[in-house]
This record gives sequence, structure tokens and C-alpha cells, in this order.
Amino acid sequence: MSLSAIFVQLLNGLASASSLFLVAAGLSLIFGVTRIVNFAHGSLYMLGVYTAYSLVKTFGGGILGFWGAVLAAGLIVGVFGALVERLLLRRLYRAPELLQLLATFALVLIIRDFALWAWGPEDLLGPRAPGLDGAVGIAGRRVPEYDLLLIALGPVVLGLLWLLLTRTRWGTLVRAATEDREMAGALGVNQSWLFTSVFALGAFLAGLGGAIQIPREPAVLTMDLSILADVFVVVVVGGMGSIPGAFLAAVIIGVLKAMCIGIGNVSAFGIDFSFSKLTLVVEFIVMAVVLVIRPWGLLGRSQGIPRGAASVEPPLHLPSPALLKGFAAALLALALLPLVSDRYTLVLLTDILVFALFAVSLHFIMGPAGMHSFGHAAYFGLGAYAAALLFKHALPMELALLLAPFAAGLGALAFGWFCVRLSGVYLAMLTLAFAQIAWSVVYQWDAFTGGSNGLVGVWPAQWLAGKTAFYYLALALCAGGILILWRILYSPFGYALRAGRDSPLRADAIGIDVRRQQWLGFALAGLFAGLAGAVYAFSKGSISPDSLSIPRSVDGLVMVLMGGIQTLTGAVAGAAVFTWLQDTISRQTEFWRALLGGIILFLVLVFPQGIAGFLRERWEARAGGSKG
Amino acid sequence: MLEMKDVSSAYGRAHILYDLSLSANRGEVVVLLGRNGAGKSTTLKTLIGLVRPLAGEISFDGRRIERLEPYEIARLGLGYVPEERRIFTDLSVMDNLEVGRQAPRTGAPRWTPEKLFELFPNLADMRERRGAHISGGEQQMLTIARTLMGNPSAILLDEPSEGLAPVIVEQMARTILELKQEGLCVLLSEQNLHFANLVADRAYIIEKGHIRYQGTMTELAANAQVRATYLSV
Repeated sequence: MSLSAIFVQLLNGLASASSLFLVAAGLSLIFGVTRIVNFAHGSLYMLGVYTAYSLVKTFGGGILGFWGAVLAAGLIVGVFGALVERLLLRRLYRAPELLQLLATFALVLIIRDFALWAWGPEDLLGPRAPGLDGAVGIAGRRVPEYDLLLIALGPVVLGLLWLLLTRTRWGTLVRAATEDREMAGALGVNQSWLFTSVFALGAFLAGLGGAIQIPREPAVLTMDLSILADVFVVVVVGGMGSIPGAFLAAVIIGVLKAMCIGIGNVSAFGIDFSFSKLTLVVEFIVMAVVLVIRPWGLLGRSQGIPRGAASVEPPLHLPSPALLKGFAAALLALALLPLVSDRYTLVLLTDILVFALFAVSLHFIMGPAGMHSFGHAAYFGLGAYAAALLFKHALPMELALLLAPFAAGLGALAFGWFCVRLSGVYLAMLTLAFAQIAWSVVYQWDAFTGGSNGLVGVWPAQWLAGKTAFYYLALALCAGGILILWRILYSPFGYALRAGRDSPLRADAIGIDVRRQQWLGFALAGLFAGLAGAVYAFSKGSISPDSLSIPRSVDGLVMVLMGGIQTLTGAVAGAAVFTWLQDTISRQTEFWRALLGGIILFLVLVFPQGIAGFLRERWEARAGGSKG
Repeated sequence: MLEMKDVSSAYGRAHILYDLSLSANRGEVVVLLGRNGAGKSTTLKTLIGLVRPLAGEISFDGRRIERLEPYEIARLGLGYVPEERRIFTDLSVMDNLEVGRQAPRTGAPRWTPEKLFELFPNLADMRERRGAHISGGEQQMLTIARTLMGNPSAILLDEPSEGLAPVIVEQMARTILELKQEGLCVLLSEQNLHFANLVADRAYIIEKGHIRYQGTMTELAANAQVRATYLSV
């Protein structure tokens, strides 16, 4: 590649970095003050793109029309953000942090279907920016004028934000609330309005970041989650809450991605290597490296537990005799069910069993170990692919099923080694990064994994081919796995995990190697997620990269949170309800995402303690009432 | 001007305060004495609204406040200085003061940064220094100055002498007496009887969430038995 080509790619990268920075700065501000990891931030960006597209159509493509549309799109998204904060998130500030996450994810689903309804499924390419639709000759190559404008826009917005945060009273209050919002409140700062205004500003930046993209990129419905992944990476690499850090990281990642596309295929020492394929993962590799070397990002600072937000987890009680009897009865009912139910129900139940084990394995690290994984599907997928590949390479199905979980466990052991060095939201982001790396390897390695088509013809052995027989296999393996994981929670190892979650320092001081215990817990959870994945592969007969994609990881999160994270049985209840709902709703309506999102929101608002948590409270209230 | 009547508070399931009643008047320094874990901090946190009482009434300046949010209570003119300082370490000294600033109110002394630097001369030399980069004693001064920026008519001080060098403790005592001179109502919690004797007019003794004794400092000085029962280590 020539020098001038590199230079042009550099400019291209800087232009995308500006939009990335705007969106990331918004996310970073919102997280800093409200401590909400706003999953819907990518959706706000998408709304910005679509709104700007429609407004340009309405206003006409003149200079005023175009820029008026871009700005108005940002403002509309900003107002929408403020409404979301006041009508929804505000009710959840006292709820556990992860529930807020769940609520913002429900918004992702709803906004996605809103866009589908309002703008349809086709990609929409916006008009060129009037007056800037030409190109400038630089170093003998042509660079779009619009790109040059975007390159300037990033630093300008950075400067304006810096002035806003350091030179205004509002900015001072925002910085104070970022550090200790309870204390700010006790000094007379009305957090309520501060939160709303920060949310509005963050949403405005996301909407604007989207709106300025319309001449460069078509509006597509999947851009919400793809930009979200990019922006998470930028914010984490830069340091959560650091605006200059977000800028630096956006530039690094924007440029690296553009370079990878620019370099293309390279042949060295007889090995062909495609840099353009690397674009999908390069940012996640940067993030993994940065987090291992600087766990708080490039310009971030070590964050203690935010004051006033620390919640004390209730102890996990041993299951009562009544509950144990309930387990036994449920198992018996599940074992007898094939006698009365039809094929369809059995297939659905098999799915539920698989996802119950998946959810319980995720709960195992999230609840008792306090490690919030956003990328647990990686291990589910590794198990599924390992099973399929072993089977394809002539191993008997039984052996493939047996070995596959260990492949997932090994993967978790490798990724976990990095992850347990971090905590909180950084750990969550690193797990997401690893999952995305695993996904893109599987997605691109056509020769080995079948690429985007996946692998087909992964059928169980003859004696398990019947739906009933396979159901019993799934029941034995998944229920067995769940019971083993639960049993481990009440072993000394399980207590050590909880000690490490509640107070790492004290646990260390009494001789628990917290990091080692967490690492082991992480690997164990990966192993059982892999078992669920392996059973899943054989139950479907095929496997695709979807099984380790971000949405699958999020499904797991939703199941665990819907069930109630601090209950033992919650994950199972959550998995059952979620899988059943998804199956039922997706057969009823094209807009099943919005419906599912609505149901999740309802559950979050009505049962903030999760389904199982709610039932337990009712039970305890009744028991307490009858005694008193 | 500040009154608690039969207030009970709890953190989750742990009951901390039981039917607590106390009052403090304008221009008066009242001390809440008790050992570690007796419920002193919780009492102050309940007054400012950081802990919501289960039962009982709290009134301030003639208004009921037990159901208000902390920021609403602070805006009525009740200042709160926490035990652990909790200054904003990322913000400069001036910015810390800015966070506490509220509009002036009638019937309460009016503070500006300049006036506060007269009260706390050490802080005057480090206006632009970040909160993280000043000493513990200066941080303690800054927390009080920050709260005073709200122009409060009453102020709650949670163990202001804790962890300070003796010379700073003396300065702290002088500051409290100056606030009293300005007509503020001061309610402070203390374990240090010597410090309480320097500043307070009246005392309440709290133990296991119950008020066990109340009286003037002179009465307390005369009552060796109460001191031995509730205060000696």
C-alpha cells in the first residue's frame, strides 16, 4: 500500500472517529452520572440516522434543509432521551443496577421494531450534504469534502463539552454527581433534574452522531447493536466517564479499522492474511490489550464502588425442605410429561431445558460470584461448535457430546484468566469483547466452521433420534448440570465465591485467593454453558454463528435478571418464561421484539426483584403473617 | 428550630434508632454523645433524609421534613457535614464550594468563598488545587466550608474532630463557636467528651439507638455515674 493510500485511509478513519466519539461521549456522560450502562444508546444513534433521513426528505436537500434536519434529529432524539429517563428509568434508580440494564435492553427491542414499523426493512441511503458533495485532491487522491468536515467536528465537540463540564455550574454539578451523587444530593443538588439533563445531552449526542452519518452510511435496522458494540469498546478503552479518553479511543479505533480495510490482503512468508477480515475484531483486540495493561482504560481512573449505590446482597439461603420437595416434584413431572404431551411441546421443553442450564451457568458467575458477563454466549457457542466439529470429524455423537463442554471450559479458562483481573462494568465489557472475537472467528473461518452458514447435519445417534428419547437426554444432562452447579454453590468453594463478591479485601485477608476462585468459577460456568450448547447443537441438527452472538448473550442476561439474580431458582424460571414467551410471541406477530420488550419492561417495573424473588417475598410475607 | 419526635430508623432489617426524640435551638450547640455504633451517624443521616425514618416526626424551621428528599431538606437550610469528609476529589477547592452554593436566605448568615477563606485561611492558598491533593485536615475544613456555601440556618456535623491533629481540633472548636456566634443551630455527634466540653451547651447521650440521658454540659460534668456508664471505654 502506498503512503498516499495510507494517508487517505487515515483521513477516512478520522472521519468515522468523529461520529463514534459523539456517541461514545454521550454514553460515557450518562454512565458517569447515573451509573446506567445504557444498552439503548445504539438505538438512540439509529433513531438519529432514521430521523435525519426523514427530515431531510421533508425539509428538502438545501444547505439549511440538510443541516436543519441533522440538528433537529439530534434534538428530537435528545427530547426522546429525556422522556425515557423521566418516564421509565427514574422508577428504577433504587432498583439493582442490572435491572436498569434490562430495562434499557427492552428499549432496544422496542425501538428496533418501531424503526421497522416506521421506516421498513430496506436500507435507506441519505442524500449527500449540499455544498460538500465534492472531493478535494490531497496527495494525489480524492478525499470527500464531507469527511474533512467530520474530522473537524470531533475536536470541536470535544472542546465544547470540555467547556460545558469545566466552565459552567451545570458541569461542576455533573462532575460532582459523577463522583458522589448522594453527597451532592445532601448539599442541595436536585439529582432528578441533573439526571434528566445528562440523559438528554447524552441522547442528543447519540442522535447527532447518527444524523451526521446519513451521507456516509445507509440506515439499516441492525446498526443499533453494531454501533453499541463499537461505542462500548471506545468508552472502555478511553476510560469510563472520561470524555478526552473517549475521543482518544475513538480516533485509535476509527483509524485502525480504516487501516485494516485499506491494507486488505497481505501475503507474507507464504501465508495469506486478510486484514479486512480483521476489521470485525480489531477494536476488540485493542480493548482486550488495553484492559489487561490499563484496567481502567487509557485515561480513566480507578473507580471505587460509587457511593450511595452499593447494595448489600442478601444471603443465599439453603433451599428449604418445601423447596426441595418442589424440585423433586418438578423433576418427576418433567420425567412423566412425554406420556401426555405432543411433539411440539417436547421440542419447546427441550429448548427450555437447554436455556435453563445456560441461564443457571450464567447466574453462577453473575449472582454468587458477582462477575457480570455480557458475553456468556461465547461458551454456549464454543460447546455447540465443538460438539458439531467433533461429530463432523468422525467421533461418535455420544463422545462428541461428552468432550464438547471441556472445549468450552478450556475457552473459558483462557478468556477468564484476563476477565477476573477486572471487575464491574470493565469485566462485563471484556467478556463482551471475547465473545465478539469468538463470534467473528467462527463467522469468518468458512473452511472450518462453515462461516455464516454454520454447520448442518449434526444429528444425534440412532437411539436418541426420537424427540422423546432426546428429551430424556436433555432432561438428564441439563437438570443434572443445574443440580451440580447449585450443589457447588453450597460447597466451601461456593461460599468462597460469595465472600469474594461481598468483600474481596476481607476474603483475601482470610486466605481466600479471590482471583483464583473467580477464575475457577468462570471456567466452570463456561463448561456448563458449553454442555448446554452441545445439547442444543444436537437438538437442532445444525449450528450457526448466532449461537455465540451478542443477542444470545443478552438473552442469557435477560433470563437471569427476569428470574431474579439473588435467588437460587430464578435463572430457571427466567429461562422458562423467556423461551416460552419468545416462542409464542414470535409466531403471533411480526413485531415480536417490541412485544417482548414491553413484557420485559412490565416485569421490571412490577417485579423489580425478579419472578422468583417476587414469589419468595410473597411466600415469606404469608408465612410471616400466619405466625404473627 | 430542629426537632425529632419518636423517630425510628433502620437499614434494611437492622433496626438502628428507637423512638428517638431530641431538639436543638437557634444559636445553640448541641452534642450527641455515644460510643461507636450507638446510632449517632444514623441520627444525623435520618435528619438530612439520607436514611428514611420508619416512624416519627422531624421538623425543621417549623416544617415537617421526614418525607422529603435530602436535596429538599438541604434547600430548606439544613446543612450536613458527613463523617467521612466525602469531598469531591476530582474537583478543585473552588468547584467543591460551588457544588454547595445556594441562594442566600433570610435569617441565616450569608457566605461567600472569600468570607469562608477568612474562617479557614489554609484553604485560601489552594483554591485551584484538586480535592484529592489537600491534607486530611484541610479536607475536613473544606467539607464544612462547602456545606456553609448553602447558607444554612442549622448545621449537622458528624464527628468533626475525628482523626484530626490536636492543633486542627482546636481550630475546629473555634470554628464551631464562631458559627454559634453567627446564630446558627449546631448539632454535632462526638465520641470525644473533651471536644464536646469545648463547644457544646447541651448533650444527649445515645446508646444502642436509645437516648439514655440529656442535660446541659454542666449537669453532665457533675454526673460521674452517667459518664462512666455510657461514655467510658
